Amino acid sequence: MGTLGEPGWRRRWRPAGRALSGWRASAGHLRRAPQASGRGAPTGRARGQRPFPGSSGSSALLQAEVLDLDEDEDDLEVFSKDASLMDMNSFSPMMPTSPLSMINQIKFEDEPDLKDLFITVDEPESHVTTIETFITYRIITKTSRGEFDSSEFEVRRRYQDFLWLKGKLEEAHPTLIIPPLPEKFIVKGMVERFNDDFIETRRKALHKFLNRIADHPTLTFNEDFKIFLTAQAWELSSHKKQGPGLLSRMGQTVRAVASSMRGVKNRPEEFMEMNNFIELFSQKINLIDKISQRIYKEEREYFDEMKEYGPIHILWSASEEDLVDTLKDVAGCIDRCCKATEKRMSGLSEALLPVVHEYVLYSEMLMGVMKRRDQIQAELDSKVEALTYKKTDTDLLPEEIGKLEDKVECANNALKADWERWKQNMQNDIKLAFTDMAEENIHYYEQCLATWESFLTSQTNLHLEETSEDKP
Amino acid sequence: MEQAPRDPERQLQPAPLEPLGCPDAGLGAAVGKEAAGAGEEDSGVDTMTHNNFWLKKIEISVSEAEKRTGRNAMNMQETYTAYLIETRSVEHTDGQSVLTDSLWRRYSEFELLRNYLLVYYPHIVVPPLPEKRAEFVWHKLSADNMDPDFVERRRIGLENFLLRIASHPILCRDKIFYLFLTQEGNWKETVNETGFQLKADSRLKALNATFRVKNPDKRFTDLKHYSDELQSVISHLLRVRARVADRLYGVYKVHGNYGRVEWSAIEKEMGDGLQSAGHHMDVYASSIDDILEDEEHYADQLKEYLFYAEALRAVCRKHELMQYDLEMAAQDLASKKQQCEELATGTVRTFSLKGMTTKLFGQETPEQREARIKVLEEQINEGEQQLKSKNLEGREFVKNAWADIERFKEQKNRDLKEALISYAVMQISMCKKGIQVWTNAKECFSKM
Repeated sequence: MGTLGEPGWRRRWRPAGRALSGWRASAGHLRRAPQASGRGAPTGRARGQRPFPGSSGSSALLQAEVLDLDEDEDDLEVFSKDASLMDMNSFSPMMPTSPLSMINQIKFEDEPDLKDLFITVDEPESHVTTIETFITYRIITKTSRGEFDSSEFEVRRRYQDFLWLKGKLEEAHPTLIIPPLPEKFIVKGMVERFNDDFIETRRKALHKFLNRIADHPTLTFNEDFKIFLTAQAWELSSHKKQGPGLLSRMGQTVRAVASSMRGVKNRPEEFMEMNNFIELFSQKINLIDKISQRIYKEEREYFDEMKEYGPIHILWSASEEDLVDTLKDVAGCIDRCCKATEKRMSGLSEALLPVVHEYVLYSEMLMGVMKRRDQIQAELDSKVEALTYKKTDTDLLPEEIGKLEDKVECANNALKADWERWKQNMQNDIKLAFTDMAEENIHYYEQCLATWESFLTSQTNLHLEETSEDKP
Repeated sequence: MEQAPRDPERQLQPAPLEPLGCPDAGLGAAVGKEAAGAGEEDSGVDTMTHNNFWLKKIEISVSEAEKRTGRNAMNMQETYTAYLIETRSVEHTDGQSVLTDSLWRRYSEFELLRNYLLVYYPHIVVPPLPEKRAEFVWHKLSADNMDPDFVERRRIGLENFLLRIASHPILCRDKIFYLFLTQEGNWKETVNETGFQLKADSRLKALNATFRVKNPDKRFTDLKHYSDELQSVISHLLRVRARVADRLYGVYKVHGNYGRVEWSAIEKEMGDGLQSAGHHMDVYASSIDDILEDEEHYADQLKEYLFYAEALRAVCRKHELMQYDLEMAAQDLASKKQQCEELATGTVRTFSLKGMTTKLFGQETPEQREARIKVLEEQINEGEQQLKSKNLEGREFVKNAWADIERFKEQKNRDLKEALISYAVMQISMCKKGIQVWTNAKECFSKM
């Protein structure tokens, strides 16, 4: 893989939670990362407090404030192949600032390549114009790459812009697996067009989308991607207009559908297998998605009923002199279990649901990728056919065929490589998501167990006290 | 049945023909009885052993239930459930129990027994029957009276009812109760022969008394309020509990769907991990059935006290009735005395019809007046006797009733506390199962 940006920092990062605005106040100055020490374990809960094994220099546990200017040169190791990357402007502390982006960080910890592009999507804002209402999201990019003019960028983008970016990426890399975007609309259950949950879910998905592109060995260097992250609103608009128009793109789609049918016939064995996998996977993941959404719904309804259950015991205790303490204690236990349920629910919606849903969208994406590959092959096949049957003027054909053969080979190889990468990621993501869900449940039951056990203990102790008082 | 019961208003008990054994401790003899109900029986044990008057100990159990068809009073065919009641006497020496009686009864006979006890022991908080129809049902729970789970829970409830009576220091000695356990045929006729239905206070009379009584004992007024509160709060709790149970059922069952996704077609490592995790999800989903069945027993324990509230109110109503009766008698006596005085002294202080007609139609003769005074004096005498005995009765009633209420309170506190503790135990068991299942599932996931 090694095509990511070259310069490496030992990654230092610190617990999330510092407001970005506080950080931005000093963004004008260039700071090196104060010595953080930790890579946490690759789970969502780590906060990076453990010393990094083998770190040279100070291995002090992370105590420093974000704005601490502690600079210890010895600890920084800078590798550079390209001198241009030693530009002062490329010094930048890499500060993931939201828990979710931290989770992304942790995931890519495992990759041997080092990350030099950090993106966050946050602060949705509503904009009202005479024609329409829409939401924009703030996108903050921090990078040490030389090709970027600055180390930090802040822009606002709306969903349409994301759609544009995706289209450009598909155009440029038809057989690479482009990350999916969250849906444009949700068909059922939308009371108003932009309720808070919808916006938040979309924000998280958009964040994921951009980070996945950033982590993709090829896509991360795409020019349109860079413009998307850095250009001001008017710059982006004018750049958008330059590409092939909507109509011509639509025309391409129509041709693509027609020719991909032909491409299916001559699809090589390995891609047949791939296609089978995609179809099966799509079935399964859709099922999992439905089941998971249903579980969330049931848990929510359970939580809503539980909220009422505890207080009734308090009410009861008002009329029972001798049972006041017991009833109040029971109420307390029920309330604590209720809170634990809430936590379990939010764990589900943070970890499992978005991941599963993203792969539902991925499976749709993959089918599109297969089609595009087939279409490229179909182009070649039709030319070969023309040559064989000498239908048209065949002088230029061999040359054309040669080019097309190269194109097909490139496309196939690109897809094959990306496919392996995608499968690996998919397995890791699914495994992690389910493991998280299991852990959330274990934690939930452990909490409830502790609550009731301590109630039981207190009741038994009380009983022992009472009986010992009776004894002479 | 030579010993006809005397006027129930005098709270005399029909004396049993022969001493009745009070049931013994080890009452777990019921077939298939769940442990969750055991707590109640144990607390019953304490009162039983404290009130163990008799040498002979007996055990009672409602051990079976059977569906039967028969003809009802209108000669139409009906289906009903009959319950087998077995009585064992425990030999003092070696603790072995011998089956002494076994007969079948249906729910309506239990009702008859209870109604009889209510009439003859108005100062006692008579144990309630389990519900006639399934209430507080939720999605999976059937409202059908013939549903096997309902029948099973009712069987346990009926056994509990009999044990409560048998452990009550006063009720356990009742002849009709004894016959209920021992005389299958003709028992209904025997009960009806006591004429208890006629002696029952009419509801209308009781309602009237409730509204008009002027000086009821404050303790009973408070008790009535308490029983209203108890009923209201337990109803509420049971309703919410049923809804919570419904939702919990949904959560567990939905997880079972994970197990139904066929992963094996996808590549091996992932497929195997997910498939085996799916098996654990199935275990998880099916564990809820037992969990909620146990919780139903807990709900039944609370329901008993919900119904006990009505029994408390019945005692309060009786007190109000007696008090009202007393007040009316006193009022009547006072007015008669006044009449007498007026006649004797010739002054008319109050309006009376007699006085008016006398005025209208002429004075009566002295002899007539004398006669009337004499009648009144006789009535006054009688009235004073009656008032005295009513007062005595009233005080006796209050004393006895309050003694039983105190006993009831202690029983209730013990039972409810135990029920709450058993609820905690159930929750703990549920949590432990959950931890187990999810730990197993997590392991499967991690092997992917």
